[in-house]
Amino acid sequence: MTYTHAADHHDAHTPSGWRRWVYSTNHKDIGTMYLIFSIFAGLVGFAMSGLIRMELMYPGDGILGGDHHFYNVLVTAHGVLMIFFLVMPALIGGFGNWFVPLMIGAPDMAFPRMNNISFWLLPASLALLTLSLFVEGDGGPGHGGGWTLYAPLSTTGSPGPAMDLIILSLHIAGASSLLGAINFITTILNMRAPGMTLHKMPLFVWSMLVTAFLLLLAVPVLAGGITMLLTDRNFGTTFFNPAGGGDPVLYQHLFWFFGHPEVYIMILPAFGIVSQIVSTFSRKPVFGYLGMAYAMVAIGVVGFIVWAHHMYTVGLSVDTKAYFVVATMVIAVPTGVKVFSWIATMWGGSLEFKTPMLWSIGFIFLFTVGGVTGVVLANAGIDQSLHDTYYVVAHFHYVLSLGAVFGLFAGWYYWQGKMFGVQYSEFLGKLHFWVTFIGVNLVFFPQHFLGLAGMPRRYADYPDAFAGWNYVSSIGYLVTLAGVVIFFWMLVDSFSRKRLAADNPWGEGANTLEWTLSSPPPFHQFNELPKVK
Amino acid sequence: MRLLTSGMVMGFGSLAYAGQPENWQLNFQAAATPVMEDINAFHNLMLPIITAIVVLVFVLLAWVVIRYNRQSNPNPSRFSHNTTIEVIWTVVPILILVVISIPSLRLLYFQDRIPEADLTVKAIGYQWYWGYEYPDQNIAFDAIMLERDEAKKAGLPALLATDYAMVVPVNTNVKVLVTAQDVIHNWAMPAFGIKMDAVPGRLNETWFRAEKEGLYYGQCSELCGVRHAFMPIMVKVVSQDVYEQWAAAASEDIDQAKALLARLDADATPKLAANSK
Repeated sequence: MTYTHAADHHDAHTPSGWRRWVYSTNHKDIGTMYLIFSIFAGLVGFAMSGLIRMELMYPGDGILGGDHHFYNVLVTAHGVLMIFFLVMPALIGGFGNWFVPLMIGAPDMAFPRMNNISFWLLPASLALLTLSLFVEGDGGPGHGGGWTLYAPLSTTGSPGPAMDLIILSLHIAGASSLLGAINFITTILNMRAPGMTLHKMPLFVWSMLVTAFLLLLAVPVLAGGITMLLTDRNFGTTFFNPAGGGDPVLYQHLFWFFGHPEVYIMILPAFGIVSQIVSTFSRKPVFGYLGMAYAMVAIGVVGFIVWAHHMYTVGLSVDTKAYFVVATMVIAVPTGVKVFSWIATMWGGSLEFKTPMLWSIGFIFLFTVGGVTGVVLANAGIDQSLHDTYYVVAHFHYVLSLGAVFGLFAGWYYWQGKMFGVQYSEFLGKLHFWVTFIGVNLVFFPQHFLGLAGMPRRYADYPDAFAGWNYVSSIGYLVTLAGVVIFFWMLVDSFSRKRLAADNPWGEGANTLEWTLSSPPPFHQFNELPKVK
Repeated sequence: MRLLTSGMVMGFGSLAYAGQPENWQLNFQAAATPVMEDINAFHNLMLPIITAIVVLVFVLLAWVVIRYNRQSNPNPSRFSHNTTIEVIWTVVPILILVVISIPSLRLLYFQDRIPEADLTVKAIGYQWYWGYEYPDQNIAFDAIMLERDEAKKAGLPALLATDYAMVVPVNTNVKVLVTAQDVIHNWAMPAFGIKMDAVPGRLNETWFRAEKEGLYYGQCSELCGVRHAFMPIMVKVVSQDVYEQWAAAASEDIDQAKALLARLDADATPKLAANSK
């Protein structure tokens, strides 16, 4: 990448070579490393889901040759990779690092060196996770107990060191997230340009602020929970072992106290990105800006008091379940406000259907589909039938795989020109969108039917009665695979043709501060702080 | 594509009703208990509501795409507030949620209130099979999955059938105590609307009242290790009379009880076949 030196010719601190990256304290370079890292991890996670779908294409032993332990390891690693090494690094580490300072008119993040360690902890964490795949777990190499790491399968049930490596991996990924969260909160609260009050911040920055607070409050609980797993496994404690007075369900409470905010950690940044894009390509300010910002705050707050809706079948008392039913349904209200406000932003606008806008409209629709099945699952009564079936798998992939990931691609197309100075091909971007849209719907919509019919999740093999829709779902994977290939074709095309991106390719609708800079921005920007009216 | 031989239930000896999934199924399995009937009814309430919401969002999106694209509307308006509409789209969802929550909570409390039980069965999850104990009848046995070839030979659905069935009488309140020995399992029976975690160190309770004789199939529903997909649950619902004969035999020898059931089924088959379609 080359930078225009006009803006920073008096700055001699531009490092080069490997030092620029390994020692980087530059939020844009660190953001780029996060994005590259997450693309790599995402590809591995996507390949794993390919093995899963091919195994499930027909009943009986398939591509994995009857190695059911390996199947469980794939399911586990797919979840961990996609959550901790694709969605979070890309949305928070990648786009957050790149655009929070640019959007608030700051020269960099508040703690640039901490930013460096936040990133470099992640490859270490991924290395531990990868190692775990090759050492003994619960009946073969790797741990096959699911990303939730439920005890006792993860304690007495998994004697090998694989589980310990996963625990350490998550500890390090958690430390990375925490440091990142502290950095974002400090940056956003202290380093806004003059005139940029909290209520003038772009919604993407709002989404990162709320996300950072969720991380700050949720991740330590995960760290505590998995540390208790570690001591149960190695040091003779019995937090989760009934033989010593412990309770396996305690682990689930701790895990989901982290796990439920975690799903909002993944989706809120996508909300922010979609808000920016919808406003840009409608040439209209966001409808109900304050409502949008505080809807995210409300989702974040309520997200902390609904965790046990993941645990309706563990044997909670009926009044406990009743509370969690009501609390969970409350989340639908601020979420509805967001969906309707996006539509109202477009209403009366002058819409241009560039690739980022297509991904955003796709996001709004598919997120709605995933949202309404969430309302169904919120009801403990019907969850007794749907819990741990493919209906749940379909639900959370609609909000994450088709929600967060659509937000991810929307953001990529929106900002690729800004970040790297080269614009994508509209044709390839749109082709990527349509192929992916068809593919992921083929994968996940039939899974609602499988779940209603009773097919449990995390099954390496299934009765013949589930063959039909599983086949359709696997075909959908192949279509999605074509979409991924098109994405890389688009990348190669962009970087080889070097279609130079304008400073602001989107016109008057794009009015946040990043569009006032060159594409790519100078190595150090805003040496003189911009004034926001 | 392999097709399912649906409804072909023999070996356990009859053409009786089978509660199991079917290929290309779109909705819940048919209800066999009052609880599952209520779950079904609740789903029938929810499905139109969520479909309507999705259709509404789709229509609104389609409308803005058609009406407010750059050709049709080159000059965007600048409005960004409308208090009335914001109040409406906050209050209307709340009202919808209230409408949902009333039957939802009624269903929840109905499932949870265990009526006076006529029979208690304890289901114990092991890696990777279920053990059943009838504490008052002095019956105890393990149920192991039939491998694909064994199931085929027995004419039962693969990966759903076990060597011994949990046998219960029809129209009887059965209390199920669920626990596990090693890791967490889950005792699930879709046609009964039951799904209960089997947690080591805990004794969970649930109940059902099967209203139709037949064979019912469920599967372990909590990831429990390598053979998680291979510890199904098979419940045979029979008449009170047949159940009593089975229970008497089973307290002595579970194999004899199974043979007895097969014999009784064979005797009953012509009658049942004539009654059914």
